[in-house]
Amino acid sequence: MSAETVTASRPGTRRIVVNPLARVEGEGELHLTIRGNRVTEATFKVVEPPRLFEAILRGRHFTEVPDITARICGICPVAYQMGAVQALERLGNLTVDPQVRRLRRLLYCGEWIESHVLHIYMLHAPDFLGYQDAIRMAADHPAEVQRGLRLKQIGNDVVRVIGGREVHPVNVRVGGFYRVPTVAELQRLVEPLAWARDAALETVRWVADFEFPDFEQDLPQVALVHPAEYPMNEGRLGSTRGLDIPVSEYDTHFTEEHVERSTALHSVGPRREPYIVGPLARYTLNYARLPDAARTAARAAGLGQTCHNPFQSIIVRAVETVAACDEALRLIAEYEPPAEPAVPAPPVAGTGAGCTEAPRGICYHRYRVDARGTVLDAKIVPPTSQNQKGIERDLHRFAETALDLPHDELVWKCEQVVRNYDPCISCSTHFLKVHLHREEDRG
Amino acid sequence: MSRLVVAVVGNRLRGDDAAGPLVADALRAADLPIRIVEADTDPLAILDAWRPDDTVFLVDAVRSGSPPGTIHQFAPHDGAIPPERPGGSTHGFGLAAVVELAGVLGRLPRELVILGIEGAGFEPGAEPHPAVRQAAASVADRIAAAAAAAER
Repeated sequence: MSAETVTASRPGTRRIVVNPLARVEGEGELHLTIRGNRVTEATFKVVEPPRLFEAILRGRHFTEVPDITARICGICPVAYQMGAVQALERLGNLTVDPQVRRLRRLLYCGEWIESHVLHIYMLHAPDFLGYQDAIRMAADHPAEVQRGLRLKQIGNDVVRVIGGREVHPVNVRVGGFYRVPTVAELQRLVEPLAWARDAALETVRWVADFEFPDFEQDLPQVALVHPAEYPMNEGRLGSTRGLDIPVSEYDTHFTEEHVERSTALHSVGPRREPYIVGPLARYTLNYARLPDAARTAARAAGLGQTCHNPFQSIIVRAVETVAACDEALRLIAEYEPPAEPAVPAPPVAGTGAGCTEAPRGICYHRYRVDARGTVLDAKIVPPTSQNQKGIERDLHRFAETALDLPHDELVWKCEQVVRNYDPCISCSTHFLKVHLHREEDRG
Repeated sequence: MSRLVVAVVGNRLRGDDAAGPLVADALRAADLPIRIVEADTDPLAILDAWRPDDTVFLVDAVRSGSPPGTIHQFAPHDGAIPPERPGGSTHGFGLAAVVELAGVLGRLPRELVILGIEGAGFEPGAEPHPAVRQAAASVADRIAAAAAAAER
């Protein structure tokens, strides 16, 4: 909990403000109103100005898109590049070299490692261990924090070697890459990644010992599914309610809607039902495709083949970090530089859609391009905007089970409910302040 | 062996936030025996910039209300650097948090000088203020002089 004011405007009513909420990105407000033993309101009020990336893309040449979308996010730029090139390559009916495909998956492994590890160690673990932040936690758990920092750096290194730099990489283009690494450049990553895989296994064991509230989501989980691999760059869209569609049909099943309290559009699924994306959805729908080492670690950590407890997302992120390290080592072992870093990508008029698994969940892109290659229309749906309604629902349901907690603990847990999603608010826009209103029902 | 390290933080595309990278550019052009680390917008990356026996200059843009181009100097433990955001965020940690974290983990270098260059505007796409450019050159000169003194 960061800062708090308590005001009483009338007898029996309490209004509590926590501002700002630490360890999430961006600014906005969370309102929780409690009347007696009922939660009467659990909403996000996102007040950050929209960033208008879709409008920025209009009128630009399609080859510029991956470099522009990489600027949407400082921690998951690869997701925005991968979704963009997939959509535009499908539009152009391009098939990239198998080694380019491997490199892209390897690049994504690097992003998963750095993003997941940052959240596990520096933002989420303090919740479970009772620290205000990672710095306070580091004083008592220096070895763990050092391990997390080194792990994150190895993820950064993978992104730098393939993407050209750590933040907002510059090497991805429609059709492939501008430059591909040599075998020797990738081999230098092997020893650090082998250490990282062991450190990720240690991470799973570490977080598995945390205490988790007994709480389960009741919403459909949506993720990419792939017959042969744990999905990152490609797959069909699946859900725990039996959805199985190609990415090109996303818009017929999922819609975005404006709600007054948020400058980030909310997403709803079939029958306007909220849904959840992210590590839990990926895990639940793709457990069988995890590498053996990750599955074994998950079982030892007490996870089953599905996971619906958002507080346990920290374990799933750790399991996915094992998977990303393991997969990165496999991809490097199989790598031979392709004959050409990219296939030609002439402009093709039409509409193309792409969807990949950002660390926080599916990230959908759709572009309409004219015959000269000018982008006429763009639509990008980040994972956090898709999760907004689910976060609100978790808050509502969780708070109702936790009203007997001491006040400070309740506020802390509500903050944690949000952090369970590792919200990437700068992608969807931003938030978050917490306002807790408690109206004592004395009637 | 002790080295002179300059670690800079900042976004070249956001006006005066480029103050740190401008210092790095000037020092690179001078071709001095200095290790230069540019952490872009992820201050956490500077933790690996130095070794324990290094002398480190850490340069970033600041906003305190002083005239643009004002050069501020801080020591790691003087508590004068306000945290940008308590607890860090999904996207990383501010400079103050990273310096504090380095202290907690025993990873501060032998000598750390934190230099802040006051900025006036941080709009995307804006050019750095002339006074900020001048201050960056002045900071680079000061670091170059330290490098020359270390050589002697």
